[in-house]
Amino acid sequence: MSVPGRAFGPERILRIALPLVALVLGVTAWHLVVKIYALPPVKLPGPGLVWDTLIDDRQLLLESLGVTLLTTFEGFLLATVGAIALAILFNVSRLVEYTLYPYAVILQVTPVLAIAPLLLIYLPQQGAVLACAWIVAFFPVLANTTLGLNSVDHNLVDLYRLYGASPGQILFRLKLPSALPNMLTGIRIAGGLSLVGAVVAELAAGSGGAGSGLAYRIAESQYRLNIPRMFAALFLLSVAGVVIFFALSGLSYLLLRRWHESAVTREA
Amino acid sequence: MALPGFSVSLRPPASVALRDVAKTFANGVQALDGLDLDVRPGEFVSLLGPSGCGKSTALRLIAGLSEPSRGSIAWGAGGASAGPRGRDIGFVFQEPTLMPWTTVARNVALPLTLHHVSAEVAAPRVGAAIERVGLTAFRDAYPRELSGGMKMRVSIARALVTDPSLLLMDEPFAALDEITRFKLNNDLLELWRTLRKTVVFVTHSVFESVYLSSRIVVMTPRPGRVFKEVTIDAPYPRQESFRTSAEYAGYCRLASEALTHAMAVAA
Repeated sequence: MSVPGRAFGPERILRIALPLVALVLGVTAWHLVVKIYALPPVKLPGPGLVWDTLIDDRQLLLESLGVTLLTTFEGFLLATVGAIALAILFNVSRLVEYTLYPYAVILQVTPVLAIAPLLLIYLPQQGAVLACAWIVAFFPVLANTTLGLNSVDHNLVDLYRLYGASPGQILFRLKLPSALPNMLTGIRIAGGLSLVGAVVAELAAGSGGAGSGLAYRIAESQYRLNIPRMFAALFLLSVAGVVIFFALSGLSYLLLRRWHESAVTREA
Repeated sequence: MALPGFSVSLRPPASVALRDVAKTFANGVQALDGLDLDVRPGEFVSLLGPSGCGKSTALRLIAGLSEPSRGSIAWGAGGASAGPRGRDIGFVFQEPTLMPWTTVARNVALPLTLHHVSAEVAAPRVGAAIERVGLTAFRDAYPRELSGGMKMRVSIARALVTDPSLLLMDEPFAALDEITRFKLNNDLLELWRTLRKTVVFVTHSVFESVYLSSRIVVMTPRPGRVFKEVTIDAPYPRQESFRTSAEYAGYCRLASEALTHAMAVAA
């Protein structure tokens, strides 16, 4: 799950070249299938048409992408901050953990697709979409941060106590740095999931809503049988997901590269 | 150097004194029972015993990391600053116990940082502590970049940075290879002599305890208490030649026999 390709030499070239070769082959095959069978765009648009649609509709699509990404980012940020705060609270008080943890699990295991329609009844659409992005991103950060906070080296805790450290010093100087690798694992998962949550909620809102996010564009295009635009919107969503993944992996690498085994490349 | 009119007792006040100390854990395990121990200023005392004889528990009690179930512990000699929460105790764990996310210098500075010592005051003390263990070139390295022996040196530098009068060491070299261990034994003795610390050293190695200590306290297992004390009268500084001397072999036999008896008593 680390940023690939830090090693130099043929290994690195292969790791970049092989996926590109696969991409070219795949797109070519797609193009040929559409051409040979003379498929109409309503059934399957060719890659060229999808690209043209992407360029032609770029203003509309990029606007929608911006809306979805903003919701994703807000949900992700609220979830991360909230989950870390709750994990700290769990760590401070076992009673709070016993009381609330089961509900955090329930929130996690209930499919967000099933929650979204209910949220849409009680919240304004934008709020409901945000809530969905928040719900799916919350648990991975909570679970991993809790694990990290509970895995602190007991000898280090003793050492801090020996030198009369305050609870605040133990939390900020010991527990949080020590939990950082776990926390970042949760955050990396949460980034991708909050995009999923936002998309799911937008789709659930569907044409009934007045939304303008990218998933809403997909639903709308489906109604209008504008299949090339569906593909173009889907393409943008994938790119957004990949960018989020690499951005968070990069953040994780930057924060851990000096000290954590997961971020260190070893020479064979 | 007794002052006129000032009566000097033959035995100076203890650095730490344990009286009839017992420790029973919540799970019912009785780690210590009736432990009496006096550690005098400037001594190098080893607690020697098999695994599970409560040596480490005794050390944690002395450090104030744990409370005795019965009996008393008195810290003295250091005056008002002595005591479990004071700055007068340094502790070295079996593992280096370093914070992996920060540098050697910041790890060594930790005790001062926790006491809100300003950076200007802390910097020279941290530098001196790192120099004492010979790691000046590595002050900005991260723990994972160091060998096991070097990590242990960092741990020792951290324990020394507050200049404590009492240094507690819990099998600090048990996980190291023999060559590194011998080297660190020598370096530790040198630090102890030049800095005039009092050391309580937990080990299960007869050879290590004889080489280092001015006195060995042999403990019985379950529950732990003092079985026998062996005073090692060999003069300091001790060097590698001591390891191969007949005197050393004799003390090792003595300590080894005491250990065997202690275990027989418990069995």
